Amino acid sequence: MSTTTAQGAPIAAAPAPAPKVEGPWRRFISEFAESKLALLGFIVFTIIALIAIFAPWIAPQNPYDLAQLDIMDGRMEPGTVGGAGFTYWLGTDDQGRDMLSGIMYGLRISLLVGVGSAVIACAVGASLGMLAAYAGGKTDTVIMRLVDLQLSFPSILAALMILAFLGKGVMNVVLALVIVEWAYYARTVRGTALVERRREYIEAAQCLALPTRRVIFRHLLPNCMPPLIVVATMQIARAIALEATLSFLGLGVPITEPSLGLLISNGYEYMLSGKYWISFYPGIALLVTIVSINLMGDQLRDVLNPRLKK
Amino acid sequence: MSVYLLRRLLQSVLVMLAMSVIVFVGVFAIGDPVEILISPDADQMERERAIKALGLDLPLWMQYLSFLGNALRGDLGRSFVFNEPALQLILQRMPATLELALGATIMALIIGLPLGLYAGLKPKSPLSSTIMAGSILGFSLPTFWVGLMLIMVFAVQLGWLPSTGRGPTVEVLGMRWSFLTWDGLRHLAMPALNLALFKISLVIRLTRAGVRETMLMDYVKFARAKGLSPARVTYVHVFKNILIPVVTVVGLELGSTIAFSVVTESVFAWPGMGKLIIDSINVLDRPVIVAYLMMIVLMFITINLLVDLAYSALDPRVRLENK
Repeated sequence: MSTTTAQGAPIAAAPAPAPKVEGPWRRFISEFAESKLALLGFIVFTIIALIAIFAPWIAPQNPYDLAQLDIMDGRMEPGTVGGAGFTYWLGTDDQGRDMLSGIMYGLRISLLVGVGSAVIACAVGASLGMLAAYAGGKTDTVIMRLVDLQLSFPSILAALMILAFLGKGVMNVVLALVIVEWAYYARTVRGTALVERRREYIEAAQCLALPTRRVIFRHLLPNCMPPLIVVATMQIARAIALEATLSFLGLGVPITEPSLGLLISNGYEYMLSGKYWISFYPGIALLVTIVSINLMGDQLRDVLNPRLKK
Repeated sequence: MSVYLLRRLLQSVLVMLAMSVIVFVGVFAIGDPVEILISPDADQMERERAIKALGLDLPLWMQYLSFLGNALRGDLGRSFVFNEPALQLILQRMPATLELALGATIMALIIGLPLGLYAGLKPKSPLSSTIMAGSILGFSLPTFWVGLMLIMVFAVQLGWLPSTGRGPTVEVLGMRWSFLTWDGLRHLAMPALNLALFKISLVIRLTRAGVRETMLMDYVKFARAKGLSPARVTYVHVFKNILIPVVTVVGLELGSTIAFSVVTESVFAWPGMGKLIIDSINVLDRPVIVAYLMMIVLMFITINLLVDLAYSALDPRVRLENK
């Protein structure tokens, strides 16, 4: 009890002496929520993710079931009531596909590709970065030269090159994004790991003769997580944007699995005749997704940066 | 210094060679151009003649060696589609891309510097928050979608600017440029703004950060203490000093601007290298793909080499580290 009061004393001096439970998670959440924008980003992104996950159950129509499409409903303006009897709130595309449903299904592909590639790239990059930092010497040099080489080329160019080799396809896009992105993770992890591995707790773990694998994964890796989380958040947004760009250029996902980028691309030719909604709304969906992730990432960077700790 | 220079040069050559192998194998090991280029009702004789003419019957490593030998002589093969030398095709379209990239860079500086300066000098004002929020948006907005929206607003709805194409060109120094005519400038405005969007955000952020840092420097405080007018302190003491890093970064970004022009060129049907490469990938015109990738790789390796050399000349620590 006495220690509690000793700790409580300086807090009591503050205007609001709320009894705080100082778990790391709770502190993290309260610090993250300090920025209203970041909180908004989190809420919006959660909604988007839920829409993507539950699209088949909540979308007004299955946009890829040809039996449900009515070509007579093609290129209808937002808000018109179609032949099937329900309202196309965001209009229809040239095939008579409800844009709202198209966007919900498109989000699935966009998020799947974005998050999937980020997770794989993170696993690959973090392992290699950790290896570089822990092994040092020649291994370090080889891995870091590769990282330098990768980072010296703009992402779009590298992705373009890989897709020019492999051709279209969801898996090919994921692979291209992983190859483009792994270097960011590797560089981040190596930088942090180089600092962390000189700390006493690593020395202690080594003195206990723990196996190297255990030292790396149970002691070093968890302490390298904060910057990795920040990079991963930002990279998800970048991956989604890059996938959309590649699909727009006709090099990304195939027409049978349209992401938001492909939906926008489909509306391109109708744009010039003033039928804006085919491209406009998928673009808004894409924009809201990317901005919400970036807002979260911005705040995460501040919260997880020990240098900014009050 | 000369040892470092030599080593760095050797590295660049090795990287270039490695990239040429990757590009060559990547492009040639996948897909079959015969299927695309020779009409399906051609008989066996015609097919074989075409395969021989294109050199597709040789083993891959021989194709690579002959490719490398020819590349060193500046011959990167003939386009299957245009039946013209691939390198020439790319060089013909290069001025259009360079024009676009330079236009975008200049636009980024003209728009980004004043906004960043304002946001840095008055960080608390609501306008600054708006500028910074706008710069986040600039990073987040997908370039191609903004391009479409620009077309929709300025070409379709308002009818102020032409939606696509390059407009009339004037020949200067043996290359065709469009920025010298009024109509050409009108064609350039939207694509350049579209490509500049990302850079504008970058310049705003760099300038703002630079201003905020520089304002705390002793020499700025001293200039103020001397009783110089705020305008003089801002433009002579602060602005001049932040201009160096900003211009350096923007200059370095020129390469990636050229790479990203692929997207803008596709949106605005701008007849540059980027549009060429996308069209070529879609019809599997391998010599053009290879030539474009090699040109871009060469460009990046050269830029990186120059940057490294400049750094090592300016900062002796870089040289010592590489010993």
